[in-house]
Amino acid sequence: MTDSDPALEARRLWAAYHQRPVLENISLSLPQGQWTAIVGPNGAGKSSLLNLMIGSLAPLRGELKILGQSPASQRRAGSIAYMAQQERMEWDFPISVRDTVLTGRYGLMRHDPLWQRLLPRQWANPSHRQAVEAALEAVDMADHAARPIGELSGGQKKRVMLARALAQQARILLLDEPLAGVDPPSEALILSTLERERSTGRTIIMVTHDMPSARLYADNVLLINRTLVGMGSPDEMLSDAMLARLAVGVLEASPGGARVAA
Amino acid sequence: MLPLESLALGTIDALTALLMMVVNLLPDSLAAPFEYRFMQRALLTSVLVGAICGLLSCYVVLKRWSLLGDAISHAVLPGVAIAYLLGWPFFIGAFVTGALTSLGIGAIERHTRIKSDAAMGLMFTAAFALGIVIISKIATSTHLMHILFGNVLGVQTSALILTLVASLVALLVIWLAYRPLLLYTFDPQQAQALGFNTSIIHYGLILLLTLTIVASLETVGIILVVAMLITPGATAHLLTDRFTTMLAISVSVGVISAVVGLVLSVRLDVASGGAIVLVASGLFLVALLAAPKHGLVARHWRRWRLNQTSQT
Repeated sequence: MTDSDPALEARRLWAAYHQRPVLENISLSLPQGQWTAIVGPNGAGKSSLLNLMIGSLAPLRGELKILGQSPASQRRAGSIAYMAQQERMEWDFPISVRDTVLTGRYGLMRHDPLWQRLLPRQWANPSHRQAVEAALEAVDMADHAARPIGELSGGQKKRVMLARALAQQARILLLDEPLAGVDPPSEALILSTLERERSTGRTIIMVTHDMPSARLYADNVLLINRTLVGMGSPDEMLSDAMLARLAVGVLEASPGGARVAA
Repeated sequence: MLPLESLALGTIDALTALLMMVVNLLPDSLAAPFEYRFMQRALLTSVLVGAICGLLSCYVVLKRWSLLGDAISHAVLPGVAIAYLLGWPFFIGAFVTGALTSLGIGAIERHTRIKSDAAMGLMFTAAFALGIVIISKIATSTHLMHILFGNVLGVQTSALILTLVASLVALLVIWLAYRPLLLYTFDPQQAQALGFNTSIIHYGLILLLTLTIVASLETVGIILVVAMLITPGATAHLLTDRFTTMLAISVSVGVISAVVGLVLSVRLDVASGGAIVLVASGLFLVALLAAPKHGLVARHWRRWRLNQTSQT
């Protein structure tokens, strides 16, 4: 694993859910240290691409490499921090904001000495506590650290999820719609936090429906609609012509849709 | 084998002595029945079963595994019967059929259009029916009744050793794998992204569940063990927003219901399993009404207060 290895490399990658293809023949390579926005219609396989990276979906065919190695080995090495969609989380779970963020460190805690792993978190390695407090500060949630997660507002929940990903201090941040359903102040805070992370050399890969922020912040845009429709700078990819091509892809992909268009 | 057995018997004696010290603090009318050896054994078994059921119950409730717990507990029956036929320890047979059933449920879910609740209902009733058929061929109906509904007053030393070992194993596993189990229960996707082997955690948790069910067989029986795997955790969930506190409350609810239920069953001469579960359900009802934050009274009070302030 060197700095020149691509953060993400896919070669003729196929994936399917319940025998139905969601990604077809994807080949791409994303360099490290860049902010990539994945854009496409609902059901186009954007989240599936992230799921392939975190291992909750197995590729049907083709090859996927993260930082030049297999995704499984990079997951174990703690290189991949993942922020799920908000609906995927159990907000009723009896856990505080601070402990939620601490779960982002659980992968790294496996490398602690055994006696430390068997003790409550008060006696854990101080590096974990520091990372958690720094992440809570970064998203402006330090004042809410002791509250149960179920009491938070939508924007606060998103910020806690981001803090958990940040606390991992991973080389790659995978974010599934980090801006969906977020109030404007939280959105500004999330984007500025991500920009700071990118400036420290982290790779950011986010699935988004928010075109303005993708235009403003992303270095790359991937257009995905089952196949890779395009990849390039935000200006090129988010032009009206390209977005129209992306939308036409939807109509062709859904049975009967093409006839409606004609 | 012999030193292990004497170690287990020694532990049982020590724990019994410890419990009796507590019992002797009680008024004589309550403490009197515990002068008998079988009552002491029943008390220790109840405490252990209440404790491990309470512990596991937090995971069952938070993971939405109530129906799966029900399925495994029923699926244990044919295993017990087959183990009896072959002269094996109960636990091995119970674990094999419990695990096979949970695998079968997973396979039906993944490969057909049948949804999980139907898959569970289908698998566990089939396994249960098989168990009933086998047992009706080889044993008396009282024996069947004891497996189905438990009989804590008739607990043999061998069953007590099994319960003790199962409790220690469950406690040890939950301590050693505390973080992976917590993360898998809270957010399995995150566990995967951090490189945890989620299938090992998943089947490990099912194994623990099966172990707990088998250990509780003699006390509350197959049918009612599910209550002990749901009610303590559900009660605790209403009372706290901290996972460790939830574990502690749930274990307390489990132990209190088991002990109070045992005493009541002796006093009133009713079935022990039923009495234990009714006490647990009573505790749940109290929490449901009176829990400080998530109880019904507190909720209505907050709504009423909100109405008052919005009107003025």
